[in-house]
Parts: sequence; structure tokens; C-alpha cells
Amino acid sequence: MYSHGSESLIKQAREIQESELQKFYSRLVKLLQGKELGHDAVDSLQRLHLILSATKYTRTLPLELQKKLVALLSSPAEQLQVLSSAVLRETLPLSGQQPNYNQENISQLNSHATGLLLSQAGSKADLSFLCTQLLRNLESRPSEGPAHSLMYTLPILNNILTHSPDCLNEDQMTLVSKKLVDWLRYASIMQGGGASSGGFFTGPRSRQPVPIAELDGTVSGDFFTVLCVGQGFTEDQWMNVYSFSMLRHWLLTYHSSCSTTGEADDRSEVDGSVVSMVSATSSSSRLLPPKERLREKAFQYCQRLIEQSDRKAHKKTDTELQKMCLVEAVCILDCVCVEDMSLVYRTFPCIKALFGRLSSDLSYARVLLPVAQFYLNHGEMAAVDCESVWKVVFGRFPAELFNDPFLAHELLRFLRLNQESIELRVPQYLRYFPNLLKFLAWDSPAVVDDFVDLLPSMVTAGTAVELLHTLLDLPCLSATLVLQLRSTCLPISEPGGRGLMSLDAFRNSSFRGLFLFLLRGEAGSGDTIDRLSTLHELLSEAVDWPRVIHCARTVPVLLHVFFNTVITVADEKLLAHLILVMLERSSLLINIPAYIKEIHRVFSCHLLRLCKLHPSLVMNQSHEMLEFAGSTANVYSKEELYTHVVWVLGEYLSVSCDSRCSVSLITSCFEALEAVLFEITSSAPPPGSVCPAPKVINTLMSALAKLASRSHDLIPRVSLFLSKLRTVTRGGSVAWCSDEEDLIAIVTRGEELWSLLKAPGVAQSVLTPPPHVITPQWHRDTNVALPLQLRALTSLTHSQ
Amino acid sequence: MVRCFLIHTVCPVSALSAGESRVLYSRVFGPDEGVLSERHRELSPEERRLLQKEKVAAVARQVRSAVSLSREASGRPLVETIPGEENLALQDADCGVVRLRAGDPFSEEASALWLGVQSLGFTLVCEPHENLLLAEGTLRSLTRHCLEHLHLLGQGSELQVLLKSSRIDVLLSRLLPHGQLLFLNHRFAQSLEKEVAAYMAK
Repeated sequence: MYSHGSESLIKQAREIQESELQKFYSRLVKLLQGKELGHDAVDSLQRLHLILSATKYTRTLPLELQKKLVALLSSPAEQLQVLSSAVLRETLPLSGQQPNYNQENISQLNSHATGLLLSQAGSKADLSFLCTQLLRNLESRPSEGPAHSLMYTLPILNNILTHSPDCLNEDQMTLVSKKLVDWLRYASIMQGGGASSGGFFTGPRSRQPVPIAELDGTVSGDFFTVLCVGQGFTEDQWMNVYSFSMLRHWLLTYHSSCSTTGEADDRSEVDGSVVSMVSATSSSSRLLPPKERLREKAFQYCQRLIEQSDRKAHKKTDTELQKMCLVEAVCILDCVCVEDMSLVYRTFPCIKALFGRLSSDLSYARVLLPVAQFYLNHGEMAAVDCESVWKVVFGRFPAELFNDPFLAHELLRFLRLNQESIELRVPQYLRYFPNLLKFLAWDSPAVVDDFVDLLPSMVTAGTAVELLHTLLDLPCLSATLVLQLRSTCLPISEPGGRGLMSLDAFRNSSFRGLFLFLLRGEAGSGDTIDRLSTLHELLSEAVDWPRVIHCARTVPVLLHVFFNTVITVADEKLLAHLILVMLERSSLLINIPAYIKEIHRVFSCHLLRLCKLHPSLVMNQSHEMLEFAGSTANVYSKEELYTHVVWVLGEYLSVSCDSRCSVSLITSCFEALEAVLFEITSSAPPPGSVCPAPKVINTLMSALAKLASRSHDLIPRVSLFLSKLRTVTRGGSVAWCSDEEDLIAIVTRGEELWSLLKAPGVAQSVLTPPPHVITPQWHRDTNVALPLQLRALTSLTHSQ
Repeated sequence: MVRCFLIHTVCPVSALSAGESRVLYSRVFGPDEGVLSERHRELSPEERRLLQKEKVAAVARQVRSAVSLSREASGRPLVETIPGEENLALQDADCGVVRLRAGDPFSEEASALWLGVQSLGFTLVCEPHENLLLAEGTLRSLTRHCLEHLHLLGQGSELQVLLKSSRIDVLLSRLLPHGQLLFLNHRFAQSLEKEVAAYMAK
């Protein structure tokens, strides 16, 4: 567990006194003076590194010490190279240090020192300079140099290109392309490192050159790749590994119109027609320009890797490497095909075969994602049927691998990056939203970000209702997935232990249908199930499972995204249906109190919004809304939502919003609300509930007043209630309101409404002002305009 | 390309507030991203270093939060493994990916792969289009080597990381040179591991 030793060490390092520090510096300088540096020097250097790195504020070293450290960078002992570069990295470079390295020096710099130069680069010019030196190193290196001195060159170059691709000019690019071709395709096929058969009779004669082998032990029959092994390796075989490791990035950076999202279809069509002539002559690839030659060799390398991955490797780590190589190879092939469309015909058979081989093996799922990308980019062009690919990717992976965090991340990323393309070419992907939501249900915190981006594309007129129900039951899905996994892990005879009841319910055949519905992979078989309350009861144990709680926290966020999107795609009929769903589901939610409250809050917010946008919705759904508003129980159990429904009824149930609104409708609404108001202000709340907030009562009173202002016959009834209210509250405290201040607020409101209703004509305009009054008009309003104009003229004409 | 590699705490630390993480080792590969962007052109080198440290700390915080949520959700108790059980510790380790949106904290989007081994988190921040299968394998390999060579299973592991950062530097220089992920079959890996072991023995 965490030790206090490290905390106190960091504190010491940060709070070291300046005088002590200076002493330490001078001692270190002395230690570094000698020719042979012993343990003391090494320990002190490590300590210096700790002091410098422990604080985020930079300390400056004395000049002499810095110079000594710079000198140590080229020490023959690697330990000193490492320590000095680590220390220098934590401090500022000496002013004007970069040009200190003249040309001969750089080519002899070791990996650590060059890394330091790279991290201290201050501009693109510095990077270009470093690039040029590295390439010079690459070009004309004396063959008797130490074995590793060349190997870090490609990684550093790749790093520079990541930050500044325009560091290389045409000639340099050609040089690197040529080198890459040499290393990738023409590396030695004999084992290096003096591989010998060993044994008793070792001598120069038995040192026969041994050819490289494949991962399954057979002798290799083709060129060297990363999937070839030997006892030892030659330098160019090492360079083969480094070259392949950076190949994809090189192609992505310098081979134009090369992107994994394949948006460059139109541009590469022109390029493709020109180049296809050239690449058709692959056998005479020596005639190709360097760029095209590299492309051709990359193509061959990847095809070879795909073949090699079919072999059964002896070691598990090599099997894993084969998968990694497959991913890389398919990505490179995709890239190369985007650049040169004619290669698609040469590539597709191989990709198709790969899919056929791997599609049924779930352990290769992550390899199939680049394959799916390839199909997406080139399937249409090659007129290949891609249906089976999508069935696997959208139908199988989410259902069976929802708990693999890496697969989830990659699959969702694939969806995000290719959203437009998928909507166009794989429209059936929408059907699979129940499956995709399983990733969210399982590990909400990790993927909620992705779903905020993806959800809008899933919201269509056809999916909206089912999607809303599915989102509301996401915590139930979360619990079900947990049960599904537990069920497969625990044998049937053994009791479930923790979570006994729900696991038994999951395995019980009479409840099978409920769980199967939740676990469905495709949409379209029904919006929701009848026995939702049964389901919630069966899962009542799950409400305190952390996974379910995490999921419940993310649902409100996604509901906001849902509603924000649905108003752009839904017609009024659909919106009406959604309002009904909201009212219905408000009492049909899994029993997590914080969850229920949040959902009600979201519903309230969006109910308001929808009705504001389409006021006639209130008229159309008045029956259901009145049913909801007329139930006193709802005041106590769904206070927030209830308040909003009442408000919406009061505000929008009028002839000005919908001409079909009749007097009898207004009256029946009034009566329903009046009844509830009477009930809640005449008795204490039922046992287990709290007193209704003043907001509910005020909203009810305001709604009644608004309705009365539209149908003046009702005014006396309101006035009667309000005067009764006054009388009752004069007596002091009441059973239905616990706070005196709240009571005062309610009574004050009542009095305001009462006095307003004494002038019925005015009441209506005050309580429900017409739109042109509440939207500010500023200078367009004739009454307001004149003073503004006069004021403007005055300030212009009056010279200061 | 890997942007950075860090080792940080994923358990509560007394000196820090609840969600904070102490960065014990961090290595950013390549030039500071601020150098080449328009926004931070006017910053001095000290300010740039400060900004970089803050960005690394931000990543550590996000991963810490992801680790604790993941552990909470899986409900598995943290089992103390003893020195010698590195492979077991690795198998049991929690793992995942955090999506770092553009601007939070790096200027471009990145993926932070993480492994949580008891009180320590090992995080690799990659470009999003990187071969994540390879990155995951490399992270596991780096973690295993760190656990073995720095004796991180057992008491005082954080101290070991602080005091032996040069060993981690050497490990990275072989297995992840300048942030380059490498396709190493077991033979190549063995050869590099021998070099690392030779260095550690000194």
C-alpha cells in the first residue's frame, strides 16, 4: 500500500533550502571532476534528478554544473548518458545551446542525447536541423560503428514527423523511401549474430549460415519480416523491424489522400487512373519512382504478414504479435488502396479470406475492426457484399464482448469517425442500437463521452420511441448484463450468493422473456414490455450495485441529448407520443431514488420545451395530462413533474394557442385541478410523504387563475378558494405546510391573484401576456423607439 | 506514436485531496507540443515546462478517476500480491482506455491506455489512430518489466519508482524508443530484455 516514505521524500526535494542546494551543486561538480565516476557520483546524479523533477517549477543549475552534465552526455557509460540527459531534460537549455552541436558531433550522439535535443527543440527550424543531421547519419555511416547507433534514427525521425511533417524536403523523402524499401524487402534472410549449431564441435567450419525461420519453426521461404525468427539478428533485420514499425505513419503522412476515413474518393479517382497504369506492372517495380515503389513493397510486406499470421506460433506472445501485425497490415493495405484504387482488386480476395477465417473467432474481434474499415472504404467499389461483416461487427461483438474495454473503445471510435459513411452505406446499423447501448450499460463512465457524440445519429422518427424506453431502462440492462455474466460463471446448482434472488429470477424460465427483451440485439420487435414493474421488482437487489449506479448517473445526460435531437426530426404526432411516454414512464422506473428524481427533472425540462414549441400539443394530449394532473398522489410522488404539467396546462390550454379549445375543456381542467388543490390544502400529507413545496401550490393557484381569466364564470370559484385560504392560514400553522415563511409566500401569492381577478379583463393579459408583449422589441417598438432616437440624436449633436 | 508514459498513484494519498494522483514517473516523447502551435508561441521555456507538467498531471487525474470507477464497478477486492508473483499481478490488473478529448489536456485527441496494479497506475497516451492492440501489448510488457526490475510488488513501491527513474528510462529506450511502438517477436524482445537486464544488474 502507499507508503509515507515517498511523500516525505518529495516534500524534502521540494522544500530543500537554497543554501543546501548550492552546497549540493558544488559537491556534485567536484564529484564529476574525476576521470572515473563511482557510485557516489551516480547516486548524487539520481538525487539531483529527483530534486529537479519533484517540482513543476523549473530550477536553474549553475553554469559549471550544466557544462559538466552536457559533457557526460557523450560518456561511454550508458548509466551516465541516461542520468545526465534525464537531469538536463528537467532544466532549461543553456542559451544558444542548440547550435553548439556541430555536424560531426550529432552523428556520434547516442540515443539518449539525441532524445534530449529533440525534447528541447524550440522551433520548427530546430527540428529541420535535427532531421537533416539524422539523415546524413543514415546515409553515410561508417560500417564499423557500434551496432545500435543507427537504430534509434528511425524512431526519432518518426517522432519529428509526427510534430512537423514538413521537415523533410523532396530529396530527403526520396532518400528515406529508398532506405525503407531496402530494409523492408531486402533484409538478410540468414540468421545473424553468429548463429551456430553449438554443441561440442564448435569451430569456424560449423558456423554455417542458417536461414531464418517462421514462428512455427519451419524454415522461411521468403523475405524477412517481423514475424521471422532467428538465434540472432543482423543490423538490417533490426532495421526491418524499425521500418515496419513506422511504415503506416510514413504512408499516412506523405502519401497523399491517404486517410483511414476514406473521404478522398473523388480526389484519388484522378490520381488512381494515372498511377494504375504504373502499378499494374508490379513485376517490373524497379522502374517505379521511389514513392510508388515503397507502396508496392508495403503491399507485398503486408500480404506476406497476413499469410504468416495463419501459422501456429509456438509462443503465446508471438500469437499476440500475429494479431497486432494483422491489424497493422490491414490498415496499411487500406491506406495503400485509398491512394491507388486499382490495388483494391488485388487486395480484396486476401481481405475476404481473412474475414472468412477469423469471423467466428471472438479472440480476433479487434483484428476484424480494421477489416470492417476496409470493407466500408472499398466494398462498394469492389461490389462486394458486406452484410455478413456488419452482422458480426454490430450484431455479435456488442452482444458478446461488451465487457472488453479496448474493443468498446475501438468499435465506438470506428462508429464516430465513420458516421457519415456508415449512415450512407450501412443504414441498417440503426437497427442495432439496443446492442450498441450494451457498451454503455456495462461501463458508462468510460464510454458516455462517445455516446454523447453517437446518440444523435441514432435518433430518428422510426427509432425515437423505442430508444427512449431503452434509455430509461438502461440501468436494468446494466443489471441484466451483470447477471448474464454471473450466470455463465457460476454453475447452476450453486446458489448465487450475493444477488441470490435476481440471479434465480434470471435463470427462471417464466421471466426469461423479460430479460431476453432487454438483451435483444436489434430494434423493431416492440417499444417496451408490459411487465416492466415485474422486471423492476426482480432487479430490486441491483439498485445498489456500483455498475448500475454508474449507469443510472449517465442516463439523464443522454436523455438531454435525445430530446435535443428529437425535436429536429419529429413531427407533432411523434412529439405527442413522446409526451405520453414521459407521463407513463414517470412511475415506471427502476427504484433508485436519485435516479427517479433526476429523470423527472429531465422530463419536466423537456415537457416545457416541447409545449412551448408546439402549444397545441397540450390541447391534443389534454386528456392524459388531466388524468395525470387530477391524481393527488402525483403531487407527493412526482412533485417536480406534476408542477410542470400543471403549469403547462394553465399556460397553453387556451383558444389563442389552439382554436379547438372549448369552454367545457377549460372547465373540466379547472375542476380537476381545483379538486387536487382542495385536497392538498385541507389535510396533512399521507404518511411517508413530505408537505408539498410552495411551488406546487402556487402553480396550482396560478393555473386556476389563468383558466378562470379565460372563462369568467370560474372566477367566483377561485375567489372563494382564495378567501378561504386566507381565513384558514390566519389561524396560524397548518398541517399541509411546515414552514411559516412558505405559508406567507403562498398566502401572498393567493392575495395577488385574488386582487388581479377582481379586474377580469386585465387579468387575462397579465397572467397570459400575448407574445408580442413578452418578446422585447427595442427600437422596433413605436413606444420605446422615440425616446431612444431622441437620446441618440442628443448625444450626437451635443459636442463634448 | 506514443505521446507519453507515466506511472502514478491510483489509491488515496494522505497529502493530496481525494481525486488527486501523484505522478511518480513521467516521460513525454518528443518536443513540447506548445512549441509548434501558434497559441503558446510566446511562452518561456519555464512556462512551457510548467504547462507540460500540468497536462501530465491532468491525465493522471483522469486515469485515477477511471481506475477507481472501474474497480468500484467490478467489485473485486484488491488482492495484495507478493514479490515473485508479477505475472499474476499483471493478469489480475484492471485495464481500460480513457478518451482524452482534443484540448483536454492535449491540443489533439488522444487515447490513454491504463493498467492498474494495486496502488500504481501505468498509463500510455497514444495518438488515437495508433495500433491500440500493439500499444496494449507494449504497456503490459513495460509494466511487467517495471514490476520485476524495480521490485514494485510489496511495501514502498512508490519510493522505488522515485529513486530508480533511470532504470525506467533505459527500459523505455529499448522497448519504446522515443515513443515508437515496436513489433517485436519473442526473439527480438529477448535480445532487448537481455540488454535491459544487463543494465539493471549494475
